[in-house]
Parts: sequence; C-alpha cells; structure tokens
Amino acid sequence: MDAPSKGSGFVEFDRVQKSYDGESLVVKDLNLSIGKGEFLTMLGPSGSGKTTCLMMLAGFETATHGDIRLEGSPINAVPPHKRGIGMVFQNYALFPHMTVAENLSFPLEVRGMGKSEREGKIKRALDMVQMGAFGNRRPAQLSGGQQQRIALARALVFEPKLVLMDEPLGALDKQLREHMQFEIKALHEALGITVVYVTHDQGEALTMSDRIAVFNDGRIQQLASPSELYEAPENSFVAQFIGENNKLAGTVEEIADGRAMVRLPTGEIIDATPVNVGGKGEKTLVSIRPERVEYRAEMLPEGAHTIEAEVLEFIYMGDIFRTRLRVAGTDDFVIKNRNTLDQRRLAPGEKVRIGWAPQDARALDPL
Amino acid sequence: MCAEVTTSAKGVPAEAGTPGLKASLRRAERRKRRGAFLLTLPLLLFITVMFLIPLCGMIWLSVANTTVPTYMPKTVAALSHWNGKDLPSEDAYAAVAADLGVAFKNHTFGRIAKRLNEEMPGSFGLINKTTFRSARVKEAPASWKAELEKIDGAWGKRPIWTLLKRESSPVTADFYIAAIDMQYSAQGVLERVPSYERIYLPLFWRTGWMSILITVLTLVLGYPLAYWISRLPESKANLMMIAVLLPFWTSLLVRITAWIVLLQSHGVVNSILVGSGAVSDNARPMLMNNAFGTVVVMTQVLLPFMVLPLYSVMKAIPDSYVRAAVSMGAHPWRAFWRVFAPLTLPGVGAGVLLVFILSIGYYITPELVGGQNGQFISNRIAYNVQESLNWGLAAALGTILTVVTMILFVLYGYISGNKKVSIA
Repeated sequence: MDAPSKGSGFVEFDRVQKSYDGESLVVKDLNLSIGKGEFLTMLGPSGSGKTTCLMMLAGFETATHGDIRLEGSPINAVPPHKRGIGMVFQNYALFPHMTVAENLSFPLEVRGMGKSEREGKIKRALDMVQMGAFGNRRPAQLSGGQQQRIALARALVFEPKLVLMDEPLGALDKQLREHMQFEIKALHEALGITVVYVTHDQGEALTMSDRIAVFNDGRIQQLASPSELYEAPENSFVAQFIGENNKLAGTVEEIADGRAMVRLPTGEIIDATPVNVGGKGEKTLVSIRPERVEYRAEMLPEGAHTIEAEVLEFIYMGDIFRTRLRVAGTDDFVIKNRNTLDQRRLAPGEKVRIGWAPQDARALDPL
Repeated sequence: MCAEVTTSAKGVPAEAGTPGLKASLRRAERRKRRGAFLLTLPLLLFITVMFLIPLCGMIWLSVANTTVPTYMPKTVAALSHWNGKDLPSEDAYAAVAADLGVAFKNHTFGRIAKRLNEEMPGSFGLINKTTFRSARVKEAPASWKAELEKIDGAWGKRPIWTLLKRESSPVTADFYIAAIDMQYSAQGVLERVPSYERIYLPLFWRTGWMSILITVLTLVLGYPLAYWISRLPESKANLMMIAVLLPFWTSLLVRITAWIVLLQSHGVVNSILVGSGAVSDNARPMLMNNAFGTVVVMTQVLLPFMVLPLYSVMKAIPDSYVRAAVSMGAHPWRAFWRVFAPLTLPGVGAGVLLVFILSIGYYITPELVGGQNGQFISNRIAYNVQESLNWGLAAALGTILTVVTMILFVLYGYISGNKKVSIA
C-alpha cells in the first residue's frame, strides 16, 4: 500500500507532544498519517511512547500539544466514549461478571440498539471469530486464545471504522500467537477496517503490517513497509531493533559513487552503502544482516572486500546453521547459513575470509 | 521416546485408578498434613482455652438452672408428681421446710431467694421470711402446710408452687424468655411484659437499625475514598493507606475522648456554632450522649474496616475494564455502574459484613458517648454481668447476639458463593 500523502490521512497526528510530568516529553513532535484501511503497527521498546500514542488516539490520554485528527476533524476535545473507536486491550479486559454474549451486547446496548438487532450482530461477530457456541460462557471459563477472540469480536461488533490493538497477543504462547496473527490479518482484510496495532514484538509487526512505525525515545525512527524496514534501515536503532544485525564500528575513509570505504579499528577496510553517515573522517556503524554474509569466495560479487574471521562457535539450529565469528576485534559477529546439501559446517578455530555485497552493508550513524 | 523408565523409591509404582495409588498418595500426604497440624496447634489450643470453652460456658449459663435442683432437692422430688392444678400435697410442704432448714444451716437460702426473685418479684422476702420463721419451729408440726401458710399466705396459692415446679428442671428457657421481654403470667402462661418494662427487644431493634445506619454511612464515606486511593500511583496509595490505618495506632479510648472534646455541649463544634452565630448560646444542640453521638463516633471508628476490603478489591480491578467500556461508547458513569461497581461487590459485601458485625457487638463507644438513647444491647449485657449479676440473662442475650451474627455470616457466604463474582 502506498503511503498516503500528508493531510489526506484517515488518522493524523500533527506535531503531537505528550508530557506526564511537565518536565520530560514522552512523545516528541509526532507526525503520522494513517490511510483508510491500512494496518499500521507502532513498534518499539517499552517506554518508547508507542502506547501513549495509542492512548491519545483512543482518548484516554490528552496530548499536551498538537492535533489528532480522525477523518479530517480534530478529536482532541472529543471524549473517548464519543470517538467510536474499537479497542482490544493487552489483557483482553473482558468483563468477568458478564457472559460472552453480554460482553458483546454491551457496546450495542450503549448505542440503544433493539434486542433482536443486537442478537443478530452478536451472533455474526461470534461466528466471525469461530466462537459461535460460547455465548453463554463466562470469560473465566475460556482459554487465553478464546478470550482473545472474544475481545476481538467485542471490539468489532459495533462496526467501528478504526480499531486499536494494544499488544493484544502478548499473553499467548508462541504457537497460538502466530495463529492469531494470521486471523487478525485475515479479519482486517475481510472487513476493510483501519487497524492501529501496538507491539514490542518485531516478528509480529513484520508479519501483519502494511506499514510499521518504529518508535524510540518518543520519536518515530522510521516509518516504512516491513521489507523496507528490514532491508533498508535508516539508522542504527532501527537496524538493531528489527531482526538480527552485525555491527562493525569504524571511520569513513572515502565516499564515492554511492560506496563508502570504512576503516575498522584493526586497520582493515570494508565497503558499504552510505545511508546515514557524514563525510570522510566521521565515525560510523556498519550494519550487515547475518544471512547476507558469505564465506565462500566464489559466491561473492566481483571486487567485494573480504576480511579475516575466526570461527568461535557453531550452532546447529535445524533449518539454519548459526556461526559466531571473531571479526575485527569483536567476537559477536554472527553468520547464518541455510542447511542445504552443499553447506559446510564451520569448525571452531577455523580461519575463513568473509565478505558481502556492498549494498547489504549499510553505513549508519554511530550509536 | 525415553530410553528407559526408572521406578522411584522401592517396589513397583502403583497403577492409576487402583487402591494402591490412593494409599501411596495418603502416605505421601500424611507427613505434610501432620506438619500443618503441628504449626497450627498452639493457636488451636489458645482458641480452645480462651474462646471456645468460655463460649460454651456462656451458652450453658444461658440455659443452666442449678439453684433450685441443687439447694432444694427434696422439694424437686416432691413436686415431680404434682399435677400443677391444685395445691401440692403435704409432703411437698414438708420438703420445702426441710430444704430451707438445710439451706439455713449452710447459709445458702440467699441464693434460692435471689434466683426465685429474678422470676417472681417478692419471692426474695417470701423465702427469707419462711426460712427464718420455719427454723424457729422446734418440733415438727402436724401439718407443714398449715404452718407455712401461717408464715406467709403465698404458700397457700399456686404461683410460688408453679414457679418452684418450673425451676426444678436443671435446664431452663427463662433467660431467653426474659431476653425477649416475655414472662410467665401468674397462671404459668407466656405473655409479653407490660410495655413500660420492655427493654431488650427495643434495644435489639435499636442496635440493629443503628448498626445498619453506621454500615451505610461507612459505605457511603468509604467507597469513594477507597476508589480514589485505588486509582493513585503505588507510592501515593501507600501513603494514603497509612493515613487510613493511622487510627489503629491510637487507643480507641483516646479517640473517643477526642470526640468527646469535640462534641460535648461546650466542646469545639458547639463553640464554633455559637461563635459563628449559627445557634444561640442557650440552644446548643446535643451532639453526644445520644444516638447521634454513637453514630458519628462509631462511623469514624469503623471506617477503616470498610475501606480496607473495598480497597483491596478495587486495586485488583485493572483500569482497562472501565476503559474498555468507555471505548465501546459507554458514558463514564455508565461504565462505572455497569462494569466497575459490580466487580467491587465482593468488597462491599465483606466490608458491610465486617462493619455490621462489629457494630452490633460494640460496647465501649455507646457506653462513653451513647447516653440514654444511644446504648446498644452489649451495654445491657455488661450491666447484667457487672451490676445486676444476672449472668444467666447476660449469657442469653450474648448467645442471641452470637447466633444472629453467625446467621448473617452464613447468609453472606451463601449469597457471595452463589453470585460467582470473581476477579480475573
């Protein structure tokens, strides 16, 4: 999905700031435009401001500066119960004293809907999450995954155009989580709703989102599609936060023709793509994905620089081999190789020369 | 799969579902059970000696009637055949004279006189007079009936005999009958005591409604407070809870005395009222030594018992419940009443029960600030124990209070058990 142009978004954050104590800002100058029907994920470590942003959108926190707009009109002054935004909470927040059907009935009753109309909608919502037979149960009688489905159904039953999800899968085990990711994504596509999803799980973000906003320190570090985020991180934080990355600190020796020569502390020179780096003599952090590193000379592109590496540890992980190397004085350099027939298993102590295509190594800002 | 399976301990492990498994489970659990029992043993002994035995003693006192069977055994035997309609036969008169003769020698006739007087005013004098006068009779008269009737005409009428017959039994309901303002008429029929003598039922009634009022007041005052504290950040909430618990660190007597300083007719509150011109100096309102004083002071004293259970229940309710309700379009008030309030019901139940049970048995506050119309049933129990020395009646009143409390407790357990309100 194309990023909507500024000013035309379904949801817009316009220079939004938030402070809890009047001294420090939890959210600093947030500008974000979310398109209609988009699945946008706010991803970041805890304390990065992502949940605060979600709560401001829901209306449970007030922005100390800036505008939040929904369908073009500012909603800063609209109380949360009049925003008509569906929300799924971290621990589901199903009302324990009501049955599943009563839970789903609640938002409809609040809207003054008649009994027969309510029952029809409840049935459809429950069927939608394959929980049709559970209307008379109480939340405590359901498993975590089932509660999750009910929470989802309850947020969708009154047909909101925008649904917010605050780490909704955090309490589930891995297998169930992956299954629910798929289901939420399918619902999003089937219903055409706009979803703003908050998580600290990057795998979840990559699997589900149209776009991901990576938060750190109250700012969006990068807003991009999952593949762009993974393959072309714009700064070291994003590179380190999304997936696994090897980092090599060094100094820029030369930048020419879209290639940067970086001198490592041990004196070796590597080549990389300059992304977020100053000129000659500036410090930089080169980041390379473990699966893009090659130790077989014949697989490397023409003219690629190689450097010396010593194998420290070899881990057999089934589908891949994970090998830890000492490179340029750091001993946490990792490479991953697919477990194919012709793949060699490197032995600890072995010396190899490793290299990569220059576009896979990105010279970023020093951390 | 596993390469080998080792059996634990010696022998073959029991199969699931066989008696052998149950036996080995029992064996394994026995040591744990014994440990638990030993840990609670000191408390168990303490409760038995200091609480259960006195409690049973009290219940026994409320029905025990040993005076007449102990000190007038011959009379009891002689009256066992009496039909209760006519006057008893000559041997009953002789038995009374013999029993009182022994009682005179052993100086125990006073107890008989006191016990009978509790049931029938005037018996004190009758027994004393009869004892002294019959002791002066040197030789056995031809008819004790004529002799006793000569000493006091009461012996020639039925009531005293009906009373003696009734008191012959070692177990009696007399104290309970007195505790609910009833009495036996001269004809031996149960009837209510004259209205000006009715003390206990009005007192039970007053204890009840004032306790309900105090409970409602603590709930009304405590609920918003507990709500507010439960929504505060941890550090501030702890500080507020210390403030709530602060009264527990001060002696109850000191607190009541402080209230007396505030509420007495020339106390702080009245002085402010008069000083501000709200009331004139010679029309100072009575703020204590009445029901008002009792309610005000007890509400303050019992407030923490309401706040504590409410707070602990409210703290366990996450913000997200109300937020979820609001996000679904419910006005915050509606979200509160439909979602938050029902979830606090277990706390409300516990607090109400705690405060109400403490209230109906409260003694010291009504004693000090209750005056005449702010007294509770427990003050009357204390009076019967300490002043009128009618322990049987005190025990009966106490037992009624205990039973009412226990019924309430069971009722609460039943209601809260059926509601199935649980916090995730």
